[in-house]
Amino acid sequence: MPDAAYDPLAWLIVLPLTWAALAFVLGPGKGSGLAILGLTAQNALALALAAEILERGGRVHAVGGWGAPLGIDLVVDGLSMVMLLLTQTLTLALAIYARAYFAQDRRDQSTRFWPLSGFLVAAMNALLLAADLFNLYVTLELMGLAAVGLVAAGGGAARVAAALRYLLVSLTASGAYLLGVALVYAVYGTVALAPLPTLIGTDPPLAFGLAAALMLAGLAAKTALFPFHFWLPPAHGGASAPVSALLSALVVKASFYLILRLWPDIFAPLGQTAAWGLGGLGAAAILWGSWQAIHANRLKMLVAWSTVAQLGYLFLIFPLLAPDGVALQAGVMQAVAHGLAKAAMFTAVGVLIHATGCDTVDGLTGVASQLPLTLFAFALAGVTLMGLPPSGGFLAKWLLIDAALKNGHWGWIVLVISGGLLAAVYVFRVLRQAFLVTSEPCRLHPVPRRMEWVAFGLAAASMMTGLRAVEIMALLRVAAP
Amino acid sequence: MTPGLIYALVGIVLFVLAAGGVILLTHPVRRILAFNLMGSGVFLVLVGLAQRDGQADPVPQAMVLTGIVVSVAATALALALARRLAAGDGDA
Repeated sequence: MPDAAYDPLAWLIVLPLTWAALAFVLGPGKGSGLAILGLTAQNALALALAAEILERGGRVHAVGGWGAPLGIDLVVDGLSMVMLLLTQTLTLALAIYARAYFAQDRRDQSTRFWPLSGFLVAAMNALLLAADLFNLYVTLELMGLAAVGLVAAGGGAARVAAALRYLLVSLTASGAYLLGVALVYAVYGTVALAPLPTLIGTDPPLAFGLAAALMLAGLAAKTALFPFHFWLPPAHGGASAPVSALLSALVVKASFYLILRLWPDIFAPLGQTAAWGLGGLGAAAILWGSWQAIHANRLKMLVAWSTVAQLGYLFLIFPLLAPDGVALQAGVMQAVAHGLAKAAMFTAVGVLIHATGCDTVDGLTGVASQLPLTLFAFALAGVTLMGLPPSGGFLAKWLLIDAALKNGHWGWIVLVISGGLLAAVYVFRVLRQAFLVTSEPCRLHPVPRRMEWVAFGLAAASMMTGLRAVEIMALLRVAAP
Repeated sequence: MTPGLIYALVGIVLFVLAAGGVILLTHPVRRILAFNLMGSGVFLVLVGLAQRDGQADPVPQAMVLTGIVVSVAATALALALARRLAAGDGDA
């Protein structure tokens, strides 16, 4: 174990807090260089940590040397490491994009983007490393507050209204989660994750069932699971492009990660009813979200509704979770692939909207000949969402179908395939419009090449995860200490 | 029935009432107040159930303090947003 003062576990939280605070002191719109520098260091730390735990297994860091009952412990294992890597990679790419985006777009000066995104990343990393239910609540709340600030930043009445709605849903959801935590503490006298499974045993009391149900409902609302999805399209569709990408790709995944993390110990005692309930709602989300995406007029709303649909897949895995871990792999793979693809899609759409000056699907007529790289990025991300090989989305759906076949649930297979077809409909709606030939080509605003390349890089990464999945799976198998 | 349990039950009733308020009310300030009430309900549960065998348990009290800090920050943000909404829309 490295010296406690240089432990990447602590620095992954301290670094973003530092650059966020410095960016705040520097003033509105400043601090992009610091952020990119900090995020590069975080990426290096995350990679080093991944190499270390692959070799020696998961481990604990006692913050300040205090240790669990009195202090706060940070724990890393395979699942949290995969999510940490995804978070650092995505935020670095989006920071490079956002730097160019905010330098370009004078109308859209999200003046407080840099400090807020720093706090968001810090909260996210802390959430992924937290080892007890109450710290999870605090980090969840911090993340929610930073995300709401990002949605509201620099925008008019519609954006503020969406942010307020998002905030109230988020607060109600975490209130339910906190009440669950209070009941767990009342029953067992601890909120640390490690001792809970043995305490809960096989026959938990009724109060525990109520607590688990409250926590699950709160987290599902935060993940925008149908029918709690109503806050997501206006918030994600209304924010500026880098913010939408950050929220859709990462923030909703954090609460999903929590459900996945707490599932075996806390939620599984709720029984198969809860698992099938989540699965059913996920199925409804796929169909309803895709339907809305197909009928959306505004580009960003289309992508936001597609997020609602893609989040549905994440919940299909719960009835299939088995000791062989195939369903878990499917869920994590979908989270990673969708994270990269959705960030690519929102960044590409940001380029298109900036270039054409309007944000409707109809306004795209003929842009393919002038912005081929961006269109290619959008199409590649679309391929992942549809689940065509060799993308990460394909692998996720393949694993999901594999797990469903093992359990004999044919309905799931039909659902996964028809979900892919529905995704194809909304992706091709955009592509078709962009490839239409017009007699009078529209005049586009110039877009920095860097923005286009980030979108392309993210899309390519979402394809590559399908090819480099072995490493992700190996990392996922690393157990907690 | 111990006093602790009474506090906890009152807390749950408060929480349910306030959650209904957040969902059903339309005026932003009323919803923010309802959210605060919801938080108070949870804190009552935590503090009420913290008195085990007549002795106070410090851990839930620390949690309540942290929770209060979080809820003050959240309320401030919500009020700031509500103010901007009212300034922009006039009647929101």
